[in-house]
Amino acid sequence: MSDEKINVDVEYLTRVEGHGNIKVNANDGQIEKCEWQVIETPRYFESMVVDHSWKELHHITSRICGICSIGHTLASLKATEAALGVEISEQDKLLRKLALHGENMQSHVLHVGYLALPDLMGEGSVIPLASSHPDELKTVIRLHRLANEMSDLICGRTTHPQRLIPGGFSKIPTEDELLQLKDKLKNSFNDLMAVADLCEEKADKFPDFSRETEFISLTNEEEYAFYEGQVRSTDTGISPVVDYKDITNEYVVEQSTAKFARNNRGSYMVGALARLNNNYDQLSPMAKGVAERFNLKPVNHNPYMNNIAQLVEVVHNVRDSINIIDTILDRGLEPQDEYYEPEIDVSAGRGISAVEVPRGILFHDYTYDDEGICTAGNCVIPTNQNHANIQHDMEKLAPNLINQGKAEEEIELNLEMLVRAYDPCISCSTHHLDVEFVED
Amino acid sequence: MSKPKVAFFDFAGCEGDQLQVANLEERILDLLELVEVVNFREVISQKSDDYDIAFIEGSIATDHDAERLREIRNNAGLVVALGSCAAIGGINSIRNSQKPENVEDRVYGEDADKVEAWDKAKPADAIVEVDHYIYGCPIDQDEFIHVVESLVQGKEPNIPTYPVCVECKMNENVCVFARNGGPGQVSSAEREIQTPGATQAEQGPFCLGPVTRAGCDAKCVNEGTTCWGCRGLVDNPNQNAHKKVLDKYGLTVEEVLNKFNLYFGWQQEERNNE
Repeated sequence: MSDEKINVDVEYLTRVEGHGNIKVNANDGQIEKCEWQVIETPRYFESMVVDHSWKELHHITSRICGICSIGHTLASLKATEAALGVEISEQDKLLRKLALHGENMQSHVLHVGYLALPDLMGEGSVIPLASSHPDELKTVIRLHRLANEMSDLICGRTTHPQRLIPGGFSKIPTEDELLQLKDKLKNSFNDLMAVADLCEEKADKFPDFSRETEFISLTNEEEYAFYEGQVRSTDTGISPVVDYKDITNEYVVEQSTAKFARNNRGSYMVGALARLNNNYDQLSPMAKGVAERFNLKPVNHNPYMNNIAQLVEVVHNVRDSINIIDTILDRGLEPQDEYYEPEIDVSAGRGISAVEVPRGILFHDYTYDDEGICTAGNCVIPTNQNHANIQHDMEKLAPNLINQGKAEEEIELNLEMLVRAYDPCISCSTHHLDVEFVED
Repeated sequence: MSKPKVAFFDFAGCEGDQLQVANLEERILDLLELVEVVNFREVISQKSDDYDIAFIEGSIATDHDAERLREIRNNAGLVVALGSCAAIGGINSIRNSQKPENVEDRVYGEDADKVEAWDKAKPADAIVEVDHYIYGCPIDQDEFIHVVESLVQGKEPNIPTYPVCVECKMNENVCVFARNGGPGQVSSAEREIQTPGATQAEQGPFCLGPVTRAGCDAKCVNEGTTCWGCRGLVDNPNQNAHKKVLDKYGLTVEEVLNKFNLYFGWQQEERNNE
């Protein structure tokens, strides 16, 4: 037991997207305060979409998040298409799945390679790695660039994509471009394994911590779900996407500006680890091979392993992208006109969608009037769903660390690494409340 | 001579512009030859109040934001608005024209009274003096590098003052207005029969290229969609708009501006106040 004062006060946690604070105070080993605080300025997307046309909504909601802009665009398009009764072609669905793989790779490589790895290497950022570990850093950069090239090719742009439109694509890649992409993906196996080696070498730096919780993600009988499926919980089983509000149950807490969420217990986790826990059997053999190297099996309750689940998913993204390209080419790439705009009949309706984005399950829900003007919108973002789980993890981890007699600096680092493991995307958590924090 | 110290700060936004910087991949290493990065919260842990150039991403929408921005202005030699939210208010300014009570109610319902944010999202220069602007949602990576290189050399960055149409023509795109169902495809007589009382601007495919500042290489039209106006209004749109396109399709600047307004909220308000 420690008999000293511990005061962890991290203002604006770095190497995460958005703004959050970690506050832990302890006296004589007793926790007096332990809070994950979210301090983002509200952006009001659910109001901004109102009075806008079905043609504009995906463009607006893409701006919820720079990193997951492809996922937000697709969740938005799927909700709009559900509301207007629009079906897309099999080829367009395959291309959209490629788009999600590209974004998932980009985001995960950025997180594991640029944001999390420096902790394991004992550095404050990726920049010193340029001189201390130049080869490793170049490997990470190559994978990151490949993911971005893939998104550029399918979506026209990585950040805030353009080609994804209601009913399909405004422009699609050529057969040659897809073949070139396939070659590049195949050539990335060495780099993927090099990053896996590096993580394996450093994996002992992840704190040994476990807290039983509930995991929620999409699930789909046909594949490891990203683009479509039903909602699956490790606690409560399978439920339809349209019942999402019964799952997310957002609620207000005094200590945070963001709404929290709970389903069957005090909190649940979404993201790579949740997907892996729910859908492990559908990973490609190569991805499973990487998971086995880290002894990562369902159901794993160590949130730090989300980093490794991300690595496993990147391998799966690459393998499955190769399969998808083969499928598209085997079917014969169906060409389309320049500046293609699918014909869509507008009618009143409501559409609800879910897509797996890098940080977890994302819901969009729109209502349109008979002229296709949005009258109501709701978006439930992965990080909002994770906040309560982060808080509960901290409440268990902080006393553990204090009881182990860890120094304040190490406690702070482990707590920072915990939050970072969730790869939170705080700026895109759309539901924020401004609550006054009581000062000590 | 020591390298200029550079800092990145984010306010209300999606952080997509910082991501565009992170996505420079190997080219970041070249930039690090020119500048020293001392604050980049999204990517590095080090923090410092000693910097020469501050890049501001995101809109300003709370007192806390404004106070923080003023501190940054005091610390920095040069302040650069990075991306549309900071440069022109951007997509956040959509809500500026909505009734504040509706805005809060739609998002927070019965908890609306707990929310403390301004009724309007503002660009950085509504709070402090801004020295340079990098437009776009997201920013163009080449333009970002151009601005950094110019500032390091003490030169004025070269940012286009003409509309997107100029770049779009150079790319030989088919004009959005001339696409199937667009205003260019329907005569006013036909239009009157199809939709009585409708103006040209109410017809099909639409584009903000004639009034939007260039510099993106007409990216969105190249990709098969339309110009959404993300780089903001060209300077003095009534004089500098691409009139040839507007005249050809029987459109006026005001009609174009009223058609759809995703990024111009703050700029429009300023024009109206002048």
